[in-house]
Amino acid sequence: MKILTGNDLKTGAVTWWTGSDWSLHVEDAVDVTGSEEEIARREEAARRVNVPYAIAADLHEGSPRPAHIKDRVRALGPTVRPDLTLKPADPDIGNWVI
Amino acid sequence: MYKYDTYDQQMVDTRVAEFRDQARRRLDGSLSEDQFKPLRLMNGLYLQLHAYMLRVAIPYGTLDSRQMHALADIADKYDRGYGHFTTRQNIQYNWIKLEDAADILADLAKVEMHAIQTSGNCIRNISSDHFAGAAADEVADPRPYAELLRQWSSFHPEFSYLPRKFKIAVIASKKDRAAMRLHDIGIRIVKRDGALGAAFYVGGGMGRTPMIAPCIREFVPLDQLVTYAEACLRVYNRHGRRDNKYKARIKILVHELGAEEYTRQVEEEFALLLEQGVEPPLAELERIKTYFEEPLFADAAADALDRSDPDFALWADRNTVPHKTAGYVSAVVSLKPPGGIPGDATAEQMRLMGDLAKDYSCDELRVMHTQNIVLPHVRTADLHTLWTALDAAGLGSPNLDTVEDIIACPGLDYCSLANARSIPVAQKIATRFADSGKTAQLGELKLKISGCINACGHHHAGHIGILGVDKKGVENYQLSLGGSEAEDVSLAKITGPGFDEDGVVDAVDTVTQVYERERRDGERFIDTYRRIGMTPFKEALYG
Repeated sequence: MKILTGNDLKTGAVTWWTGSDWSLHVEDAVDVTGSEEEIARREEAARRVNVPYAIAADLHEGSPRPAHIKDRVRALGPTVRPDLTLKPADPDIGNWVI
Repeated sequence: MYKYDTYDQQMVDTRVAEFRDQARRRLDGSLSEDQFKPLRLMNGLYLQLHAYMLRVAIPYGTLDSRQMHALADIADKYDRGYGHFTTRQNIQYNWIKLEDAADILADLAKVEMHAIQTSGNCIRNISSDHFAGAAADEVADPRPYAELLRQWSSFHPEFSYLPRKFKIAVIASKKDRAAMRLHDIGIRIVKRDGALGAAFYVGGGMGRTPMIAPCIREFVPLDQLVTYAEACLRVYNRHGRRDNKYKARIKILVHELGAEEYTRQVEEEFALLLEQGVEPPLAELERIKTYFEEPLFADAAADALDRSDPDFALWADRNTVPHKTAGYVSAVVSLKPPGGIPGDATAEQMRLMGDLAKDYSCDELRVMHTQNIVLPHVRTADLHTLWTALDAAGLGSPNLDTVEDIIACPGLDYCSLANARSIPVAQKIATRFADSGKTAQLGELKLKISGCINACGHHHAGHIGILGVDKKGVENYQLSLGGSEAEDVSLAKITGPGFDEDGVVDAVDTVTQVYERERRDGERFIDTYRRIGMTPFKEALYG
């Protein structure tokens, strides 16, 4: 599957296309295969996202998981600062990344 | 230290106002990202892996307590309570909002700081010896010359769009504490027949094609320093490759032309420039020098240290270096607690270092390219009080220049260019050696880790270097041995096939065991490697 990601223009936060809006959580991302360019163009023009692009992902326990480690680190936050990730209370989150 | 005059302040304030308008136009849609990107990069604002990242310039690594406090306040107010000190003696913030960026630049301008030319194909922040003005072995304080070059290179219209980024280091001693020969231009202030001059080394660098800069001129009179630098840049700007970013650095030009031909062209250009009179008036250099006059050191005797506290004695032995004035030392504050993130400091730690600098170091701090902080002028009599405060704040690790004192780039945890994580490898290595108690017995051992071939972690110059690569989507680490960025500069050689994350930690352990087995009295790791060569290490690593 392909999922669409970019950054929030004002804050720079990593965001994911949910089908109707942008979420901070990659689990909310939807498959955009075939429509990624059109969505990216429309959303960037409306300034709802900055520099959007599609990445490859797989389904992991029912939720999208980016195929490449760089995108997984990007989705979660720095592995060396669990307190700054989106899931600071999850002790096993490192396994999701690696 | 240098204080802005009205011109400096006006330039920086004007730039803040200009950027504020550019950011506003980006946010309201008047500018596209393609239009805005080069403008934000000129002000040090990157879009990184997790958010915008702001790189703030710290010219030649020198700060006062007021500036360190301002950096701490920015970390608290606009970021997540910490900053990362870099291998170019700068600081980076990882979680910046575009809507705050102009306010941050305005806050920096209030304390005579900025983020100008910390990105882009221009002359970047000029680095120097972190012990400048304190080192017993320097022929002069190199910072006035670095400041003169900073002023010359700031907004230089001819050199704002070079083929590629350009890095200059200035030192003034035979010992090289600034990786001088691994810069695009390395300048060493030298003394000949009683007169000061500048030796120019051009065409060094790390990255994917590491090269050691050859000396192209052994002595440039200091009243021609800027003119000679201008000539070096002009030849590069004219002939440097713009068709291939991987071959665009000056090191490639010097290599392809040959040092002799490059030098001939520089000398030809230099002669023309001398006729044009581009050198700043000597009065400007003399004005700058007044800001770098020695502090009024107390008339202190060389006090004997009270060594009754063994932890303090260990730190004093390891983390202080001789000062040119009796009764003083330069103290190194380690930002490398075992298991910590190399170069990171919390806002509270920054404020403490600022306060301690004000109380005990003539209000001066230095950022080391090895990602530690120096308090350059500390009375020996104050050392125990200083160490007690540092240690209580997690800043008292006694590990300067040891295997725990690792340079590590942000790597894949923060950087969008990285292929592998650097920080976890550094954490595991430092923790292993700290836990084993072997750190001290291994002595000087410089270990450097980069998360990609751009080599921000200086792995080419590590006694032990580690390069993270992407091997079919999996992190892999190449080990190399034999590099040095000091006066005995050399480039490390790869040992062989790479390792996974835990494997490379084991490999470093193995390499140190070979060193312990083979070393002779007084030999550092690098000395033993140079004597016995790669073979014994490869045999131990790969059988």
